[in-house]
Amino acid sequence: MSLESAVPAGPARPGAIAWAAQQRVLIALAALIAFGALRYDHFLGAYNVLSVLRYNSMFALTSLGMAFVIMTAGIDLSVGTTAACASVVSALLSSYGLVPGLLGGLGVGVAVGAINGFMVTRMRILPFIATLAGMLMASGTGLLLAHNQSVSVSYDTAFIWLGQGDVLGFPVPAWIALAAYVYGSVVLNFTSFGRYVLAVGGGEDASRLMGLPVDRVVFWTYVQSGVFAGLAGVILAAQFGAGQPAEGVGWELFSIAAVVVGGTLLTGGVGSVATTLAGVLLLGLIFNVLNFENGLGWISLSAYWQSVVRGVFLMAVVMAGSGAARRALRTA
Amino acid sequence: MADAPSLTRGRAGPDVAAFFRRYAALAALIVLLAFNFAVTPHFVSLQTLNVNLTQVATIVIVSVGMTLVIATGGIDLSVGSLMAIAGALAPLIFLSPFGVAHPALGDLLAFVLPVAVVGLLGAFNGWFITRFQVQPIVGTLVMFIAGRGIGQVLTNGNLQVFHNPTFQFIGLGRVLGVPFQVIVMLVIVGLAAWTVRRTLFGRHILAVGGNERAARLAGVPVARVKRWVYAISGLCAGLAGLVVVSINSSSDANLVGLGMELDAIAAVAVGGTPFTGGQASVIGTLIGALLIQLLRYTLLANGVPDAAALVVKGVIIAGAVWSQQRGRTA
Repeated sequence: MSLESAVPAGPARPGAIAWAAQQRVLIALAALIAFGALRYDHFLGAYNVLSVLRYNSMFALTSLGMAFVIMTAGIDLSVGTTAACASVVSALLSSYGLVPGLLGGLGVGVAVGAINGFMVTRMRILPFIATLAGMLMASGTGLLLAHNQSVSVSYDTAFIWLGQGDVLGFPVPAWIALAAYVYGSVVLNFTSFGRYVLAVGGGEDASRLMGLPVDRVVFWTYVQSGVFAGLAGVILAAQFGAGQPAEGVGWELFSIAAVVVGGTLLTGGVGSVATTLAGVLLLGLIFNVLNFENGLGWISLSAYWQSVVRGVFLMAVVMAGSGAARRALRTA
Repeated sequence: MADAPSLTRGRAGPDVAAFFRRYAALAALIVLLAFNFAVTPHFVSLQTLNVNLTQVATIVIVSVGMTLVIATGGIDLSVGSLMAIAGALAPLIFLSPFGVAHPALGDLLAFVLPVAVVGLLGAFNGWFITRFQVQPIVGTLVMFIAGRGIGQVLTNGNLQVFHNPTFQFIGLGRVLGVPFQVIVMLVIVGLAAWTVRRTLFGRHILAVGGNERAARLAGVPVARVKRWVYAISGLCAGLAGLVVVSINSSSDANLVGLGMELDAIAAVAVGGTPFTGGQASVIGTLIGALLIQLLRYTLLANGVPDAAALVVKGVIIAGAVWSQQRGRTA
């Protein structure tokens, strides 16, 4: 029995597996972009690149928060409905200006994240169930505030700039997502909080015995995930001109998939911010490539194939990772 | 040991604790019923009973399969997508030229084939998880994403509208005044409860969930048990998919079973089956699903908007699991 518990606790092996997976995702992303660039005329055209970035920035944000939570061996099912609720609140506040709208959305994220964190760390509810409850609460609150319909944002203020504006030729949502990933990368690699996140995920009891503030670290990862989801909601409202209480269905599972594709292990303890972004872009670009392929006229695959292709892709990633895991175990 | 669905050893009276956890959910259900008798207008009627039972039947059917999966320490996120596939396949079969030419055979195949196909996809989940040592949450996430796509591709995303009394008996028929899907639900609950308590397979499920390594050393065919459990979860989801499209007289692969995985997981959690595996309370799951359903009905019947009912549902799930965990550690 002691042997069994010692195997997953060894730090080098899961780290090596994750590192190999992270290299693969970068190679796969480069290959997919090269394939698209060579095969389609306008794949790297400004219009396509910018619209892919604009749209996927929301998923990039929710996936970043999710990555930190998963590194602590938790999970956050509430990111989608938190974004939906935040989009409603920010749309309602958008007539007061950009800043109130932004703060409203972030406030929703902080609130949901804090409730999730409280349930996980104080009430000791499993993250899966706790954030499922948080998901329902955020969804219900959003629907209540919006009276079950979408809420139009105010076009009199600068609010929609957050979703539709450009800075230096790049969409504002893409800048926001980029800033978030730079922040995430710095926090994970160069701050004690980042080290604690990985330590807690690697072994919660050991971390506690070492005197790390385990509960506080876990609590803040949920708040952080909520904030990023709230930010995604603000972008959602600003980009489509409406707060949408029924949006966000399935975002949480898409984000989990992106994190897994990015080589972060669901068992916690290892992970990477940069390759999470690569995972998001890979899953997003699959849809984009499918559209271009249809445009060539050789094949005609309906948009519904994108889910099938994404699922098969996730399966391939998991299978490849499993092969790496077995090789690592053999050489050990 | 023989009559209590738990293989947990080494703790004082785990079976007693399991009994009290189930009893707590039951007590909450009885309190809620009493409240309705006192407050909700027109509550005591056969119609109320039928409305609630028909609405809860599909969730219970799916949750039973989910209970067995969770008892092995797993989870099945793919049930909603599998419902969509079954719901898309059935009308395709009885609306096909073959099904129209041979109505009896067509209707029979429309029952059997979708459930069988979805059961095989469930077995695939189990194979994928055991063969590649994947975490169940990731392994079934694949089918969650791909499965709804398969359903949409099969129907090209179109709504299939139909009128087929023979086939729709599963969703609209009544036997002695009892809706047929309620009978299906009760049969499945009874079968699963019996399996967990009285059969070798049931013991194997609990052994795998309790301590997989020990179970393997004791000669339990762990991988086969897991494949079967996910296949059973698929079969339950397939049946539920057929019930849903029958009730609607239409099949929309975009919507059938949407979010069902979380409803089912919530019912299992409220019903007192722990997510760490090794214990299964099928009756508890039935009570959990009934509790969530009756709570929503109570709120709606007393003029609370549906959105607020969602918030209450979240609070109830967290509260139920919290109180169970206190009971377990005490």
